[in-house]
Amino acid sequence: MTAPAPASPTSPASATALPPATWAAIYLRSLAVQGSWSSELLLGPGVGFCVEPALRRLPGGVGGEPYRQALARQTRYFNAHPYLASLAIGALARAELNRVPPVQLERFRTAMCGPLGSVGDRLVWARWLPFCSAVGLLAFALGATPGAVLLIFLALYNVGHLGLRAWGLRAGWRSGLKVAGALGAAPLRQGPIYLARGVAFVAGLVLPLLLAGAVGPGRLPLAATILVALAIGATLVRLQGRVEGWRVALIALAGLALYSVR
Amino acid sequence: MTGVELLPLAILGGVLALDVVSFPQAMLSRPLVAATIAGAFAGSAIHGLLLGAIVELFALEMLAVGASRYPEWGSASVVGGALLASAAPADPMAPTLAAALVATLIISWIGGWSMYGLRRLNGVLARRAIPALERGEGGAVARLQLVGLTSDLLRGSLLTAAGLVVLAPLAGRVAQGSGVSPTVFGVAIWGLALAAAVSALSRIVRGSPGAGWFLAAGLAGGVALVATR
Repeated sequence: MTAPAPASPTSPASATALPPATWAAIYLRSLAVQGSWSSELLLGPGVGFCVEPALRRLPGGVGGEPYRQALARQTRYFNAHPYLASLAIGALARAELNRVPPVQLERFRTAMCGPLGSVGDRLVWARWLPFCSAVGLLAFALGATPGAVLLIFLALYNVGHLGLRAWGLRAGWRSGLKVAGALGAAPLRQGPIYLARGVAFVAGLVLPLLLAGAVGPGRLPLAATILVALAIGATLVRLQGRVEGWRVALIALAGLALYSVR
Repeated sequence: MTGVELLPLAILGGVLALDVVSFPQAMLSRPLVAATIAGAFAGSAIHGLLLGAIVELFALEMLAVGASRYPEWGSASVVGGALLASAAPADPMAPTLAAALVATLIISWIGGWSMYGLRRLNGVLARRAIPALERGEGGAVARLQLVGLTSDLLRGSLLTAAGLVVLAPLAGRVAQGSGVSPTVFGVAIWGLALAAAVSALSRIVRGSPGAGWFLAAGLAGGVALVATR
């Protein structure tokens, strides 16, 4: 079987379209991209697992030499934010089907690790997740039923989550190895700024509501709770990165519990 | 807690622990969700939600970034939510809530370590599989994924079951203790949870121009809402 001539990485249009079933398989597999996460290969095997359905279309099919070589390349060390890894998965699937030279593929994989990690961490973990949590807490503080709180939080979060994965695959496939430009898209660049404002506003609404709901009408417990929150909060802010709230709470509450049953 | 009660909670803990990193990361494992579902399993979703909301305030402070070690909230919230819901306390609730919260924090801490252990195990398996991966064997890739996912599911289930078996009696003792007033427990729980939220919020506000004004506007709105309720 004659292999197609290597395509230029700047001509992604040379790959044929993937059938919907292959896209569905890649998308579902991308949800488990961290399934075998390890400190040795990080997301490497996961990326190989996700790209594999596309590689079956290489000349010779499953088990053919091009398939084996491509799969071996794609399971090597790789790191990225799990949601934005789909951008690399789409790009790598296209590049492999275009028979881009291995050296260029390796260079691309190395270059994408840092940006895909930092952009994703900043957008998703540091902004989108806290925003959705704050909205869920607002629903709780306003007295929504447990089912409604779950629905609001999960629906809101996963519109962003599943949408980002789908966008990543599409953008990666469309742009091929020139996908770095997609990382400069306005929602990825400006999104964290607007989301931070959103988190700040919603959390501002939530905190007084939670406080009032938790402590009730008594003035002394209310004042004491505010005092504890501000004093320990200020300490945590000052020691950020060294001391975490949950550790302080574990020690303090375990101490109180032990004292209670002495 | 009987085996019949324990089994569904252990399976739930496993599934939600799997969501933390391995599959599908849809945030089913967030305390707000996991504790509420566990509460529903144990007979009171509303108690699960209460615990979940408090733990969510602590979770806001933690970023689950890359290889860092962080608390595993999925199975921990199942343990805490189930403990609080199965006690179904009336009034005063604070001692039972404190006991369930301590149980959640202990399991989240152990869970973080168990995730670290699982990553090391995955590393050993990955190193062994490297020759097969370099030969491009599709079966080796699928096996690595399958073993990783199954191990994570088992890790979460065992952790949840062990947490419930070991901590349920201790939580029961704390709930019946009389050395600390319920008001003190309440002040400590909410004061500490809100302090963690303040710390998380400060990191977001400091890193974003203009966010401080939005926080001030939100706080004003929140106080106004409280005043009108």
